Amino acid sequence: MFRFLLGKLAYLVPTFIGITIVAFGFVRVLPGDPVLLMAGERGLTPERHAELSAQLGFDRPIWQQYLDFLGRLFQGDFGTSLVTKKPVLTEFFTLFPATLELSLCAILLATAVGLPLGIFAAIRRGSWFDQVSMSSALVGYSMPIFWWGLLLIIFFSGVLGWTPVSGRISLMFYFPTVTGFMTIDSLLSGQDGAFTSALSHLILPTIVLATIPMAVIARQARSAMLEVLGEDYVRTARAKGLSAWRVVGLHALRNALIPVITTIGLQVGTLMGGAILTETIFSWPGIGKAMVDSISRRDYPSVQGGLLIIAALVMTVNLLVDLLYGLINPRIRHR
Amino acid sequence: MPRPGPAGFNHNLKGNREMKLLTRLATGMVMAGLLGGAAAAKTLVYCSEGSPEGFDPAPYTAGTTFDASAVPLYNRLVEFEKGTTNVIPGLAESWDVSADGMEYTFHLRPGVKFHSTEFYTPSRDFNADDVVFSFERQGKEDNPYFSYIEGITYEYYGGMEMNVVIKEVQKVDDLTVKFVLTRPEAPFLANLAMAFASITSKEYADKLAADGKQADFNQAPIGTGPYQFVAYQKDAVIRYKANPDYWGGKQAIDDLIFAITPDAAVRVQKLQAGECHVAPYPAPADIAGLKGNADLTVMEQAGLNVAYLAYNTSVAPFDNANVRKALNMAINEQALMDAVYQGTGQPAKNPIPPTMWSYNDSVADDGYDPEAAKKMLEEAGVKDLSMKVWAMPVQRPYMPNAQRAAELIQADFAAVGVNVEIVSYEWGEYLKKSTEKNRDGAVILGWTGDNGDPDNFMGVLLGCAGAVDGGSNRAQWCNEEFDGLIQKAKVTADQAERTKLYEEAQVVFKREAPWATLGHSTVFMPMSTKVSGYVMDPLGSHDFEGVDIAE
Repeated sequence: MFRFLLGKLAYLVPTFIGITIVAFGFVRVLPGDPVLLMAGERGLTPERHAELSAQLGFDRPIWQQYLDFLGRLFQGDFGTSLVTKKPVLTEFFTLFPATLELSLCAILLATAVGLPLGIFAAIRRGSWFDQVSMSSALVGYSMPIFWWGLLLIIFFSGVLGWTPVSGRISLMFYFPTVTGFMTIDSLLSGQDGAFTSALSHLILPTIVLATIPMAVIARQARSAMLEVLGEDYVRTARAKGLSAWRVVGLHALRNALIPVITTIGLQVGTLMGGAILTETIFSWPGIGKAMVDSISRRDYPSVQGGLLIIAALVMTVNLLVDLLYGLINPRIRHR
Repeated sequence: MPRPGPAGFNHNLKGNREMKLLTRLATGMVMAGLLGGAAAAKTLVYCSEGSPEGFDPAPYTAGTTFDASAVPLYNRLVEFEKGTTNVIPGLAESWDVSADGMEYTFHLRPGVKFHSTEFYTPSRDFNADDVVFSFERQGKEDNPYFSYIEGITYEYYGGMEMNVVIKEVQKVDDLTVKFVLTRPEAPFLANLAMAFASITSKEYADKLAADGKQADFNQAPIGTGPYQFVAYQKDAVIRYKANPDYWGGKQAIDDLIFAITPDAAVRVQKLQAGECHVAPYPAPADIAGLKGNADLTVMEQAGLNVAYLAYNTSVAPFDNANVRKALNMAINEQALMDAVYQGTGQPAKNPIPPTMWSYNDSVADDGYDPEAAKKMLEEAGVKDLSMKVWAMPVQRPYMPNAQRAAELIQADFAAVGVNVEIVSYEWGEYLKKSTEKNRDGAVILGWTGDNGDPDNFMGVLLGCAGAVDGGSNRAQWCNEEFDGLIQKAKVTADQAERTKLYEEAQVVFKREAPWATLGHSTVFMPMSTKVSGYVMDPLGSHDFEGVDIAE
């Protein structure tokens, strides 16, 4: 197991270096110049442009800028945002808990609904339940998030008035940030109704963000389950007279879970993508929306720093998924 | 039950001890609130369209940032009178201008207090030192605050040429400040009413410097304005409370909250659901529905802006005024209004909007006449002309949809035998490439006024100084007669005389036709009927001074 872990970790180093190059290069490959965007319609004389570029260090050769970036990185310095002039790391971790809270809720919801849906659809293959749930999954998967979010807001907040339109908590409540998770902080604050308010604000964005992963998980769970249910050992187990519950719940599920866990792990990346739109619609102060803003402003340090941290997090999740395989299926760790 | 609390705890990580103290403070206030019962505090929620870049107005150029900083928190020596672009006394009660226009002496308002907050208590009133500091930190490289955070620049200070115009800012006595200029500059007073010229506290700056916390100058702001800063949760909420010592009187609203809501459709939903009382920038498609809602009022005002199509007058055949004029006559401006602005704009004929002083209404527009246009092109010897029209990739306040506008122009020009290719670039590239001297094609762009002075349009956009590589004169148009008039107007102190010069300049502009003037947009501001006293600012800021809300 230890060697298995070490082997996985060894992969991470070159991957991480690769990501620094991509993150650094990505925003610079985009056409557009942060200095010009700051000036807007007024325009800049070539002299003033050169002066500002030099001040921001953009006049040096690109490889030198990269090495400088890398050097600072190893000292834990991710640079300063061109827009807010604050350290990128501070900015990122101010916003990150909001994204994490929403993403966790979404992935929980997606798994809690998608997994049983897929399993039952597989067991009752071809039934009306299978057909309805799988076609809903297809609809969910193809749903344009922006439209879906607005639709839910208009119906549940506008027409029915059940949920708040946007934000993380009612503006009535005001307490210091401790963990950055609104649900936890609202409990810590001890204010009446704060927790309920935080929860009610979570409902719609969670549903919107969970929609696509839920569909993917349901479909993946169904096909993995179907495959396993056709295996010899399942037939043997059935022939031995084991109850249907034991056959499916114990023997089939354990093996069907492996590809499903991969899928859930991969959804973490999807969540980051979905968060961009979901956060914009629901005025959710998270990292997804902030990244889009930074890109459109060509805020180089914020974009490269943010990409790097997100990539590192996705890598960590994938590592954990790999380790989880090892736990579920001993064959993988001994290979 | 919004509570004022210790500021600054949300925007960065602080020491553990400090955190505990803050938590205790906050808990204390909750208790006080519960025990004391509710002396109903008035709260106004404004669904703002974006996050401020910071709270120091000087280094930034975005209106969203000024709405959150310069407007509620600070004052200027002079201010724009509400709803107009007239300059009225602010922190200066009066001023004298020397006969040669080279010296401005300001007599400061006595007894003005800077904000007392959880994080700072001033020991003295506002005085001349604060004024000198507020300008020197932007203009003098040896000022300790000139580069108090990494990568800071003062774009507006330079953009308004204050670094060239101001020779010196002198403290005469505690309540008198003298600005010595390098040349007479008529728009100078209007410039001083702009956000970048906000007066900041030298005492606070010095204290932060002594504590090694200069960055707080941009994050925990102290000003003299109607509201004071309470807290900012990045990308979510900004909280202010009424400044109890405001020299203009304490505001009726106790708590002012900015709920940051970037999506226009969601802002409308929040407004309708009562989650906010005022929300700016509705989508044109939503305006009719908002007007039909009995709980809402929709205010509207002509924006201080212009959208234009600038020919490159340094390239043949666009160096011929008759060709430009003919093309202008080929454009169906009414169709543009209907299809692009969808009822949220009005046709333009001058380079400045009608709400600006010196607007020359007697200038006749080119008029839509394709037949005459065709004939004029023939007379000019232009046949089988092919040209490019540049369309901006983004929506701007003055132009809702440049791509659509370019398509209409393409069709209009085709009708007079001119073949148009529409081009576009990424926004930053677009801004840069459009300033190139030998640019191929006519470019759609526009301008929003900074200070209500006609020079801010005509001087910046059409003067010879801007007709260079990288300059803001996208028509590359340097006309001696026009430039002479605006240069003279710029150094003339008397407004009546300036008005005459600008009126004349507009006649020259129309005759020479360096642009096709496309339109001025209308700004809409929907709000709850409970809100009273709101006045729209022609310069586009959102100001809650003097606003009240019914319970």
